[in-house]
Amino acid sequence: MSELVLTLLRLSYLVLLWLLVLSCVGVLRRDIFGTKVSSRSAARRRGRAGAGDASGAEASDGEHVRSQPVTLVVLEGPLAGTTLELRTSAVLIGRAPSCTLVVDDDYASGRHTRIFPHDGGWYAEDLGSTNGTWVGEERIDGPTPVPLGMQVTIGRTVLELRGRP
Amino acid sequence: MVTVSQVTPRAGRWTELALLVPALAVGIYAYLQVGLAVNGAVPPDLLAFGLVTAAIALAVHVVLRLRAPYADQVLLPIVVALNGLGLAMIERVHLALQARENVPSWDVDPTRQMMWMAVGATACLAVLLLLRDHRTLRRYTWTFLAAGLFLLLLPLAPVIGKEINGSRLWIGVGPLSLQPAELAKICFAIFFAGYLVTHRDTLTLAGRKVLGMTFPRVRDLGPILFAWAISVGVLLFQRELGTSILLFGLFIAMLYVATERLSWVLIGGVLTIGGVLLLASRIGYIQARIDVWLHALDPDIYSRNPGGSGQIVSGLFGMASGGLMGTGWGEGYPQLTYSANADMIVPSLGEELGLTGLLAVLMLYLVFAQRGMRTAIGVRDGFGKLLGCGLAFIVALQCFVVVGGATRVIPLSGLTMPFLAAGGSSLLANWMILALLLRLSDGARRPGPEVEPALPRDPREPRASVAGAAG
Repeated sequence: MSELVLTLLRLSYLVLLWLLVLSCVGVLRRDIFGTKVSSRSAARRRGRAGAGDASGAEASDGEHVRSQPVTLVVLEGPLAGTTLELRTSAVLIGRAPSCTLVVDDDYASGRHTRIFPHDGGWYAEDLGSTNGTWVGEERIDGPTPVPLGMQVTIGRTVLELRGRP
Repeated sequence: MVTVSQVTPRAGRWTELALLVPALAVGIYAYLQVGLAVNGAVPPDLLAFGLVTAAIALAVHVVLRLRAPYADQVLLPIVVALNGLGLAMIERVHLALQARENVPSWDVDPTRQMMWMAVGATACLAVLLLLRDHRTLRRYTWTFLAAGLFLLLLPLAPVIGKEINGSRLWIGVGPLSLQPAELAKICFAIFFAGYLVTHRDTLTLAGRKVLGMTFPRVRDLGPILFAWAISVGVLLFQRELGTSILLFGLFIAMLYVATERLSWVLIGGVLTIGGVLLLASRIGYIQARIDVWLHALDPDIYSRNPGGSGQIVSGLFGMASGGLMGTGWGEGYPQLTYSANADMIVPSLGEELGLTGLLAVLMLYLVFAQRGMRTAIGVRDGFGKLLGCGLAFIVALQCFVVVGGATRVIPLSGLTMPFLAAGGSSLLANWMILALLLRLSDGARRPGPEVEPALPRDPREPRASVAGAAG
């Protein structure tokens, strides 16, 4: 084989190899998943822009689902300021890593409280935690409705449900 | 004030299919060039080579479409490309060695390696089809410990155990020989994940603070000492440094991920160095390895037999002659290095593809490990997180030990480059690691019922208790 062919073969192989590497990296750049943490104001702007298609997508889920999308807002405690959008499924709050909202709070139990939708409202249920779950001023014992704006206390963490605009 | 929202990815199976085209081309084009350079003609079995690798890749791709549609789209193409590269280099070394008068025993027929690739891919498919949810594995935490220990001890058994090159790592059944430690590392990764996810609180919280680091209590040191004892045992009885480092490193890494305590890494480092120093003075072959590492170019050590540094030095010369752009496929002399198709496949690639090509290969490993870690971040349960980290770390640590050994960063030890090096058991184990990572990443990226795992599985089901409260 001539020197030229040899060089071409050699370089074309390196180009091919790097083409593969760079296209893999390119795929990684576009591949975003998991939870996204964004600052409040940015999220609101985005929420407004995306409101149109979001309602369209959820319309098929039924009337009662659409009537009460709420936002869970952490008011006090280590996670203060965090918000979590609740849709149709229950959320589990506690220190265990399997929880939906993992609170880094020494006074909370591993699996502390469950907040779930039922009959068009949201309910809180204590899961046998050590320090109990408080809705308003009362320590709850069994599933208790949580109206919007009512404060729920879990350890040192205080949460509240807010209606979404 | 922050907002946490979910971002769901696209499934990405079409991306995977598109990436498989250059990935397969990497192997096939290399095979073609090897034939052209060595025999001056297109290799007659090029079509068969291409069809078999493509069939394997497509089979896994189709099963992913059916059973794990959201699995990571980059992992499979990377593995296919590395496997193809490895096959081409094995073929290249095989052709060169066949031309010699007496063929050395470390020569590997590429068709044999290809058969192992098919076996590995079949194992990968079996894992993907049988394991629908990675959390099932957590139930068998202690079973996997037993299985791992059993596999590790198997080569010491009298009849089936085989000793090759002074290491007692193989079992032989008829013509087949297998390195069970390769499979043991997966079992240990699953065990460590299951064990640490339940015990991490004690390992994290208890202890006293010294110099800004929380050190564990003495009684919590049990597991790490146990892992250390296993590793030292491997070193003593099987005379294998690589597996020993891999197992202990895996445990330390997973412990660190589980507890976020730097003190564990420190304790692990002290134990590793202590262990190596202790054994180096007692066991001759470890001392020899260290001599070779530190003084590879000394004439005394180079010409020492056994335990000379000829292999490593010849690898270094190979890489040096490759230079920046390499000699091109089939134009170098990788066959001069002992085990140029297995332990020393990295210098072989460095010689023929140059630094440019070798860096591309290392980039592929980097992306692979990164995707594993990213999967671990995305998975919702602690067990899956630890398992993902552990599996990605196995691949990364193996690369470090192999490349570090060949380039004299650390002493050379007998680990294999994942997916690249000749060796059936390593290929089989790594394809299973791929399957587990694909399964985990499917769980991590799949939208929809992702909230279900967080639901409590206790008798007080919401519906019933709410009905009770209402009534």
